[in-house]
Amino acid sequence: MGNVYNSLVEIVGAEYVSNQPEETFFYSRDPGLSEPHNPDFVVMPKTTEEVQKIVLLANQEKIPIVPMGGSLTLSGLCIPLKNGIVLDLKRMNHILEINEQSRYALVEAGVSHGVLQSYLNRKHPRLMHSAPDAPPMNTVAGNVAIHGSGHLSQETGFHSEMVQGLEVVLPTGEICYTGSCSVVPKWFARAPLPDLAGLFLGWLGTTGIMTKLSIRLYPKPLKKDVLMFVTENPDYMPDIIYNVTETKMAEDVNLFAQPKPDWAEGFQHTVINITGNSEEEMSFKRRLIRRSLHKYIHNKVGGFMFVLPMIKPGMMEAPMRTLSNFADVEKGGGFEYIGVIIPTENFPILYRDAIQIAEKYRPKWSIMCRVIGRGHSMMFSYAWPFNRADPDDMEMAKKALHESNISGLKSGGVIWKPEVEGQRMMMEAMDPHTLKLLQTIKKTLDPNGIMNPGNWEAK
Amino acid sequence: MSRLKFDKKICASCETYDCLVKCRYQYLDLEKAKEERWKLIKGEDSIVLTDCVTCYSCEEYCSYGNHPFYQIVDLQEEKGIYPAPKPITNQQIKSVAPIGKRKAEELDDPVVSLCAFPEAKRSLKGNFFDGPPSFIGRDYFCNLMYLHFGKSSVIKERLPRIIDNIWNDKMSKSESKELLCYHDECFGTFTSWAPAYDIDVPFKPIYFYEYLYNQLRENADHINPLNSKVAYQRPCSNRLCPEQQHWVDDIFELVGVERVKRQFDRDEALCCGSILRMQGRDDLAHDLQKKNIEDMVAADVEFCVFNCPFCYYTLSEMVKEKNIKPIMMVDLCNLAWGDPKK
Amino acid sequence: MEYEDIIHRCFRCGYCKFPEDYHDINCPSYRKFGFETYSPGGRMWLIKAWLNKEINTSNRYGEILYSCATCGNCMEHCVMPFKDDLLNIFEAAKAELVNGGIIPPGVRDYFKAINVNLNPYKEPQDTRSDWVQDAGIEMYSGQEYLFYVGDVGSFDERGKRMARSVAKVLKEAGVSMGILGSEETCDGNEVKVLGEEGLFQFLAEKNITQFNELGIKKIITLDPHAFNVFKKEYPDLGGRFLVWHYSQVLAELARDKKLPLHEFKAKVTYHDPCYLGRHNRVYDEPRRILKAIPGLELVEMSRNRENAYCCGGGGGNFFTDILGMGEDSPSRIRVREALDTGADILAVACPVCAKMFEDAVKTEEIEDRLKIMDLAEIIIEARNQ
Repeated sequence: MGNVYNSLVEIVGAEYVSNQPEETFFYSRDPGLSEPHNPDFVVMPKTTEEVQKIVLLANQEKIPIVPMGGSLTLSGLCIPLKNGIVLDLKRMNHILEINEQSRYALVEAGVSHGVLQSYLNRKHPRLMHSAPDAPPMNTVAGNVAIHGSGHLSQETGFHSEMVQGLEVVLPTGEICYTGSCSVVPKWFARAPLPDLAGLFLGWLGTTGIMTKLSIRLYPKPLKKDVLMFVTENPDYMPDIIYNVTETKMAEDVNLFAQPKPDWAEGFQHTVINITGNSEEEMSFKRRLIRRSLHKYIHNKVGGFMFVLPMIKPGMMEAPMRTLSNFADVEKGGGFEYIGVIIPTENFPILYRDAIQIAEKYRPKWSIMCRVIGRGHSMMFSYAWPFNRADPDDMEMAKKALHESNISGLKSGGVIWKPEVEGQRMMMEAMDPHTLKLLQTIKKTLDPNGIMNPGNWEAK
Repeated sequence: MSRLKFDKKICASCETYDCLVKCRYQYLDLEKAKEERWKLIKGEDSIVLTDCVTCYSCEEYCSYGNHPFYQIVDLQEEKGIYPAPKPITNQQIKSVAPIGKRKAEELDDPVVSLCAFPEAKRSLKGNFFDGPPSFIGRDYFCNLMYLHFGKSSVIKERLPRIIDNIWNDKMSKSESKELLCYHDECFGTFTSWAPAYDIDVPFKPIYFYEYLYNQLRENADHINPLNSKVAYQRPCSNRLCPEQQHWVDDIFELVGVERVKRQFDRDEALCCGSILRMQGRDDLAHDLQKKNIEDMVAADVEFCVFNCPFCYYTLSEMVKEKNIKPIMMVDLCNLAWGDPKK
Repeated sequence: MEYEDIIHRCFRCGYCKFPEDYHDINCPSYRKFGFETYSPGGRMWLIKAWLNKEINTSNRYGEILYSCATCGNCMEHCVMPFKDDLLNIFEAAKAELVNGGIIPPGVRDYFKAINVNLNPYKEPQDTRSDWVQDAGIEMYSGQEYLFYVGDVGSFDERGKRMARSVAKVLKEAGVSMGILGSEETCDGNEVKVLGEEGLFQFLAEKNITQFNELGIKKIITLDPHAFNVFKKEYPDLGGRFLVWHYSQVLAELARDKKLPLHEFKAKVTYHDPCYLGRHNRVYDEPRRILKAIPGLELVEMSRNRENAYCCGGGGGNFFTDILGMGEDSPSRIRVREALDTGADILAVACPVCAKMFEDAVKTEEIEDRLKIMDLAEIIIEARNQ
């Protein structure tokens, strides 16, 4: 490994390579419950060329590489299951271009959502991007790579759908481009070319390393408000989602249910964010949304809660700072969730399952969901906090996660950003030809099996 | 459980039916009012029970003090009529239920009950008074808001315990046995609702503005008149204690503001709309709010002064958009004093 | 170790790395080194690992802990309930290293110098009042205030210039004050945050005894670090004094029209020192002084007040230089940020910041475009023009 170390130093400089116990400890784990695996090296490249050289070295030495952004998936996707090199991409942090007219942002892989948001607020206040709920250190590239979603997803889909172009270092070291930028200088569209971006989205870093990407930006409205609709029966939810999304008035639609605070237990809360450029527009949108749920109000089975003005800003910020507080519910610094992408009509099944799992394992829990597209699907999450200082508590949380994976699949969903166990379950359930195609693509792109090995590996 | 002191004979002999004829939201003429009132006397179904927006006004309109509104709420509950959707009602019932978080302490007179409004504590640090000791918490909350949800039973069940908690934890060592009620609703609970249901209140509720007025008067030479025009948003709970209204005018006079004559003030005051929204009556809420604010704009006021934090939460952004400054009464008084004490 | 029961509660979410608007990385050590281990969350997880014996004491571990500039950005922006204890936790972890005797050489040398010389410059104490020169300030002999200068103001050339300016302006405004001169001892703020509790107690008790014996009740500090430790740590050791930072006194004098302010046409941006701003919430007074100067245009950097980006001198780094002077060093980043505002002058209220930034503008080769001046120096310059 001495040669490898020296080679890495030659590529990025000694101050950006570490095989020290401090780094190998920290980068061996993430804030979730996955077992730690030590990397041999943690490397921080600055340019695509450096990434390329590292990949070539890794092929030569047959060392695994794990690309890493914010490492905030909580599913252990940046943990080096087979050791090797963790490539912390956050030094590649330039915002390269904001194209106002065509509304896209071209960024390096290490640009975080927080920095992009701040940059747009200051320099391009008419534009915004879709911000996930993950903390702001979460990278744009990392989030699209796992098909993340955010506050604009109800209008416009998964974040992967917002990708206009990629620069990728293939596992064999070539630098490739997808989308319009592969033909012309601007990164403004994926269509009408064969959609090569799909080779890198959802693959959990097993098919290449994104080094640059272009994502869609959207007009930024001047005003925002939030409504919260409360029900006591989960069976209403599919219809509620259908009606609200049918109005096309909401920017973001989320649902949550949890036992704490005590007034929340037993209720489903549909949080509807609306935005606009005038009070007239806002008033109009509020009215249409309320009308869309009129039958529930009329029958007294659903109603809009009065949201205190001091609570609203926190509910409307993206990302929501308070979401991270969930990790401290057990005063334990941890939570992990299983996210399942489901058709909205399956919500009641998963909801009831989640309550049952909670009754078995976790007195404190949370169901958090986001509607994607105009109700084309939803991200349903079973979130379990745990106490990092209590091994028994962590074991219970792992059991809850395991049963959540089973429940999610059984109930007709597809596990989002699955950890290894979730991947295994999905591959077992997967159509065999599809699975074969998946493996073929991986093998073709990564003949030496160096890219985040251990992920998407069928037995 | 407590029973309402409602005398059917008084209602039956009433000639004006003011409680319903004057209703701001149901538009009943004398004949219709008579008809519906008789249904209510007999405990029958009436459109009043479903259409009532729970603004409390009829408590004021009834010149006999026969508690027409409390009776409506009792009947709503008896008949399973929910003014607001059930999930909202049930959640509200849970949200401020007593939880056993009590703290017995010896507090110097005068003691203020802040109801369920922690942000009021900031306002209490006035410039012209040191800020009397206060308490707050679900185990001391008056619970009267459940009148808006057709749930007298919740108040009947909880209020005796709440009164006990206040008395035992905060008042028993008080010399004056007086409790300042920050919010009109608390004052109304102890002076109107509790007596109507024969519930003993061992302490003497004091209207907070009476205390404010006295403090201001004692320090009158420190007041810099504001010379402003203000609108006052009269809260619904003031309908339970209308005799206290004059303190508003008295304070305004001391701090040098003019309470403008406008259509929707005093007897004609409009509900802020927050309860109507929770009930799902959004169009009505929207109309009321629009009328109310346009009325303020037409009167060219600088401030809209609030008593009730909920009215403040509901209307403050709307009045701000019309370049009217929303302000709680205590803060208005602070303004007349000058820079805050360090 | 103290706080051991809460260290595991860090979620490493990373809010601690940013200012409120996520403008850029706001943790100086993380910005400089890049590895997650050098971030507040990294430190928390490593301290826990160290306590659990999953990692051992090492030079790297020491460097990670001591690279913290104690700027307080993490405490300000962490979203967890224990945020206010973050720096205390790092201090406790450093104390463990001090007790174990394994600390970076720069830190060790710093402690040794103070232990032997009562100042980190290894200069004789009797040169401590050399800065006075023509400032005309007397020794303390019962005046209303003690003007406490501190180590940097007493020994560093840049610090001395600042001490003279501040002393002159205060004196000319009629403030009754005296100094301890060669009898002054290090205040101990950096000693404490670097984990040498024993040495800190020695310094604090020495100072408290001295101040009490002299009948000192009121203190004006030059340095926000001294301001911080006198206000927050000395009371528990019996040192109860009324303490101001000089900017607060100047602001009050300006408000009461006791401080003549002459016209000064310049575009100025102000840097909030961490120990004045985030640690003690003094944001407005320095700005009030600047705004009161006729002709002066005050512009704000994007990262200001509780979001200010540290100069990198805190946490002992002024002496230990763990953060260094590379392109990604905090002071160089900050002066570039100041330049971006279009300002001619970067105003400071701390001698540590003054020195850090002056070195930075030289390294950046922008000293002809951006001058570093403290508030008093600006007042004097205005007067002299």
